[in-house]
Amino acid sequence: MKRMTRRHLEELIAQGLMFLSLALVAGSLGWILFTIIQRGAPALTWDMITKTPKGGFYMGKEGGVLNAILGSLYLALGGTVAALVFSLPISLGLNIYIPRKSRWALLVRSLLDVLWGIPSIVYGAFGFTLMLALGMRASLLAGIITLAFVELPIMVRAMDEVLRRMPRDLENASYAMGATRIETALRVVLPQMLPGLVTAVMLAFGRGIGDAASVLFTAGYTDRIPTSLMDPTASLPLAVFFQLSMPYPEVQKRAYAAALILTILVLLVSFLSRWISARLSRYSIK
Amino acid sequence: MVKSPEKVEDDHAREAGKVLASRQRAERRASFEFRALSTLPAALFVVILIVLLVRAWPILQQKSLVGLLLGDVWRPSEGQFGFLPFIAGSLWVTVLAMIFAAPVSILCAIFLSEYARPTTKALIKPLIDILAAIPSVVYGLWGVLVIVPWVQQSVGPALGRWFPFLPLFNSSNPTGYSILSGALVLAVMVVPFIIAISYEVMRTVPRGYHEASLAVGATRWQTVRYVVFPRVAGGLIAGVVLGTSRAFGETMAVLMVVGNNPIIPHSIFDAAYPLTALIANNYGEMMSIPLYDSALLASALLLMLIVLLFNVFAALALRRATAREQA
Repeated sequence: MKRMTRRHLEELIAQGLMFLSLALVAGSLGWILFTIIQRGAPALTWDMITKTPKGGFYMGKEGGVLNAILGSLYLALGGTVAALVFSLPISLGLNIYIPRKSRWALLVRSLLDVLWGIPSIVYGAFGFTLMLALGMRASLLAGIITLAFVELPIMVRAMDEVLRRMPRDLENASYAMGATRIETALRVVLPQMLPGLVTAVMLAFGRGIGDAASVLFTAGYTDRIPTSLMDPTASLPLAVFFQLSMPYPEVQKRAYAAALILTILVLLVSFLSRWISARLSRYSIK
Repeated sequence: MVKSPEKVEDDHAREAGKVLASRQRAERRASFEFRALSTLPAALFVVILIVLLVRAWPILQQKSLVGLLLGDVWRPSEGQFGFLPFIAGSLWVTVLAMIFAAPVSILCAIFLSEYARPTTKALIKPLIDILAAIPSVVYGLWGVLVIVPWVQQSVGPALGRWFPFLPLFNSSNPTGYSILSGALVLAVMVVPFIIAISYEVMRTVPRGYHEASLAVGATRWQTVRYVVFPRVAGGLIAGVVLGTSRAFGETMAVLMVVGNNPIIPHSIFDAAYPLTALIANNYGEMMSIPLYDSALLASALLLMLIVLLFNVFAALALRRATAREQA
């Protein structure tokens, strides 16, 4: 009977600790969202999302952060498209053209893990060096290229995960009918992986839109909306960061509003990805 | 004029041959292209390594490696580049963050994989995804608005009063912008990450193992401890190591709350200056001071090598775990 109580006590303590941990994690999330909404919502005016900074904006005068919102969207969109162009063939190559258990596949996957783990500030420094070597200035294009480096491993890894879980029989059935590998890849595997593909792309996009360290040196910062790839480009994370470091309370409040906008955008991307991928998965073979 | 049956068959065969040839051509081209592109991650890795090495070379050539890594004076304008305060700053913040994050994450992962009902799981997993999706500046802002004042006004004075004899809890830094603030923010940031890996690892334990354990009368926790844990320990270690690597490389959020003072910290209430913050705060504007640019790229190289080390370690831990599972 004594042993019985002891092990049940242990069970109770373990469960208690688990609930405590869970409460801590959920509580932190709630606390973060609450803080951002509580501080951001009062400062979030229509002007904030429809106007660019006017004269004296950084001393608390009129204007908004439209430049940063659009800048972030351009940067993340460009980076995601650039990353997608390379990620899709890389992940298909890793799963269809290269024997899965081969040393080469193992090496490439390990290196992808390393690339995925490299801090974005290192990509930022690398991108900046590359940019100078190519004779470019801080610009939308340089930011997009750097973001693409950051997003590429995120995307490839997510796609690789999807492809590895795909039933082998599907592919083999296609070969058995006499299809070549490229035909199998494009007409059988690709439609089947579509829901996972969307998730991967949206994941990378969400990461890209929130990443500040990589665009810190490479995209520059400007109050104007960029009109060409060579223009410097503002971004939301940096708008938060810069405005927060200003000594004026009005400007700091705008940092809170910019953070709220950024959070809403990121959550929107996350929900959208879930929704689209759920809808698309109706069309794939289970 | 009507074609003879032989002629029609001939035409068809020729047509089919042409189609086949073009399909084979497409296949050969695609095979080459896909294989070539799959070398890209390797190429990118090598290029980054070489570029950083080349740019860090001037300082590596002029100063001794030991002097750089263990030097504690950072005065670029006088040609003194000691990385120790930054390395120490990164280590303090990261280690403290992991002390907070690792147990909490693993307990959450255990709950999710061993205890939670499907409906509970469906409720909690999106929360963790949201936590993972929040950008680091938003975490930083939360840190500035909430954690820093909390550390300054409540945690700091309280710990100083209760443990006046522990140097770890005493500091002359009254601002709240401290290692503890950085570590708390960082801990919340890496939690979803470690949960995700640990959960994935724990799910690989076959259902039958649990059932066998429960059938002989073990409690759920005993099942976790004696049946699940030994099988996934390597994977959990790998998850924690990867989380550490992530925490080590985090830049913006930490930079906003950690104080950025290049001294070697002695207390969790001291300000610190992590390596990532060093690069973020100074890169791009220091072109006139000799070797400064090279010093910062050397620190980027250092960061990359540390991440590489963590990755190798995690891979080894995972491999050992899976090897035992198969044996």
